[in-house]
Amino acid sequence: MMPELTLVESVRLALEEELDRNDKLIVLGEDVGPNGGVFRATQGLLEKYGPQRVLDTPLSENGIIGFAIGMALMGLKPVAEIQFVDFIYPGFDQLISEAAKFRYRSGGMFTSPLVIRSPYGGGVRGAHYHSQSPEAYFTHTPGLKVVIPSSPYETKGLLTSAMREQDPILFLEPKRLYRAFKEEVPSGDYTIPLGKARIAREGEDVTILAYGAMLHVALEAAELASKNQKIECEVIDLRTLVPLDIIAIENSVKKTGRMISITESPKTSGFSAELSAIVAERWIEYMEGPIMRVTGYDTPFPLSLEQEYLPSAKRTLDTIEKVYNF
Amino acid sequence: MSMLQILDSSGNNHPELEPNIPERKLVKMFEYMILVRLLDEKGMRLQRQGRISFSIPSTGQEATQIGAVAALNSEDWIFPAYREPGMAFYRGFPLVDLVNHWFINEKDPQKGRRLPGLFGSKKYRYVNPSAPIGTQIIQAAGAGFAYKYLKEKIVNIVFFGDGATSSSDFHSGLNFGAVFKTPTIFFCQNNHWAISVPLSKQTGAASLADKAKGYGLPGIQIDGNDILAVYHAVFEAAKRARAGEGPTFIEAVTYRAGPHTSSDDPTRYRPKKDLEKWLKLDPIKRFEKYLISKKFLKNGQTNKIRSSFDIEINTLIAKAEEYRPPALETLFSDVYSDLPWHLKEQLDEIASLQRRSI
Repeated sequence: MMPELTLVESVRLALEEELDRNDKLIVLGEDVGPNGGVFRATQGLLEKYGPQRVLDTPLSENGIIGFAIGMALMGLKPVAEIQFVDFIYPGFDQLISEAAKFRYRSGGMFTSPLVIRSPYGGGVRGAHYHSQSPEAYFTHTPGLKVVIPSSPYETKGLLTSAMREQDPILFLEPKRLYRAFKEEVPSGDYTIPLGKARIAREGEDVTILAYGAMLHVALEAAELASKNQKIECEVIDLRTLVPLDIIAIENSVKKTGRMISITESPKTSGFSAELSAIVAERWIEYMEGPIMRVTGYDTPFPLSLEQEYLPSAKRTLDTIEKVYNF
Repeated sequence: MSMLQILDSSGNNHPELEPNIPERKLVKMFEYMILVRLLDEKGMRLQRQGRISFSIPSTGQEATQIGAVAALNSEDWIFPAYREPGMAFYRGFPLVDLVNHWFINEKDPQKGRRLPGLFGSKKYRYVNPSAPIGTQIIQAAGAGFAYKYLKEKIVNIVFFGDGATSSSDFHSGLNFGAVFKTPTIFFCQNNHWAISVPLSKQTGAASLADKAKGYGLPGIQIDGNDILAVYHAVFEAAKRARAGEGPTFIEAVTYRAGPHTSSDDPTRYRPKKDLEKWLKLDPIKRFEKYLISKKFLKNGQTNKIRSSFDIEINTLIAKAEEYRPPALETLFSDVYSDLPWHLKEQLDEIASLQRRSI
């Protein structure tokens, strides 16, 4: 029988197996050593692989990312943890101006295929410095690939793929799902290719595009819509935002004629705006209702009113009805 | 802090410190200093004539680049800022590639994507530079970790200016380098100006070399217009690094005799007397006197070296102007290792627009 793992245990297993397979892979970050990471995503790795492969670094995000870029330029495979993605901004320059541009700016001569893993998102009462969803800053940057898993099984397959990519990857882990549920996760070599979405629930009436923690909000809302109003939603787990699986989106919206996306980041210029624009530009003639977004609000991430801020099944259901009854 | 100097401003030698460099190598070093100076003049002229878009001279800083590259092994890596092109030339980077890069044409190895002067080469282990300041410093520390991890006897040197010592990547670079004891040489070209901002506005420290102490690193200050001092300091730092003793911080005191770039007008901010003082300390003249005194160079030989490079470069320029711009596909290639659908689509869109007449 396959072991049942939480999402964070699945991260750990993916790292461990890839450390085993690839002796050029180095894990680095703050507290990833004896402490095993503040979420325990690297637990036991130092003991097993030693201080040359599992590095506790100085407390410096630009340092971690810049150092990892240097390793990657020289042929190592750094997998760096940014403790919370809310802390990534000092390293933004290194990721945006350096990692994302090395291949292009050097005419393909130099590449820095690092992986940055980082917990993102709300729902854990972390307030604005432990809850953000800044994926749109990164999807707006040519040269980066952005991956966000939604379950333990998905996490291992996607992270393993990410660690074998030739391009720099931002791998955002939905921290509210770290220990939310367990799922069977095979040990050994399996991958989920980047750029391929998955239909998480089939339906004929409304397409819901989601990723990460919001996938589960989408699924919950879809069940409610089915039970209460007999509206059947098709829920798509995008898995990777860049590159995006345009075929999966096309097939679904052409079938349903309605589209909603859910993201927990602020609404203005969020990734959901991109999804809406893609569908509007290409398939407006199939649309039977407005293309709508369920998102966080345009405020810094709150604390006390976190549940009101975050997209919920109720809000999503409300939006499903608006789109369906248009 | 006392400044290491081997050749004084008149070209007199302090023999007790004189590095043991064979005559042929000394002459090669001199030739490449001449080449750097000549390319600066040519680049600036082409830019003023509107034939290329940009130029980054390093006039006055020839000793740092050439002295440093001459002291390293050919497998050692260089992380340049952008005022060290001579390091690539010294290693054999073809001038034809440089000139095609200046003209951002179809033969430009970087596919016409960078401002002239911002070039790199994997073959010559000269990393493609950035333009934001200081970013390469922490990357060099990471690269240094890689050589150590891979058990290669390679060291690296990273160049940056005095302005970069204010950047967060300078701090992380020296900090990470010291913590992980990477085989990295941190080489600061203190040319006294970060565009228009003088050194006094970058730091309250008595010297930049003093900063090393806070990171637990040895820091030395050298006369950056003295190529023998540069050679000596880099050679010793590389020896330390190769022996596993970690990084060294070198502050080379020099002067940016030209503008920051072709877009800059230093007469707006630089005292004339300041420049005049430094022009007397010209690193090329100083080294020339030394070589003549050693009888490694004859009077008049400098001009011969110069004109032979001059002819070669002029031929390359004439050809480079004839080439076409890079192919349209290169707008989209190298963003990723593959061409994802959205870039394919954008390429198709632009290609079909090319076929359309208004």
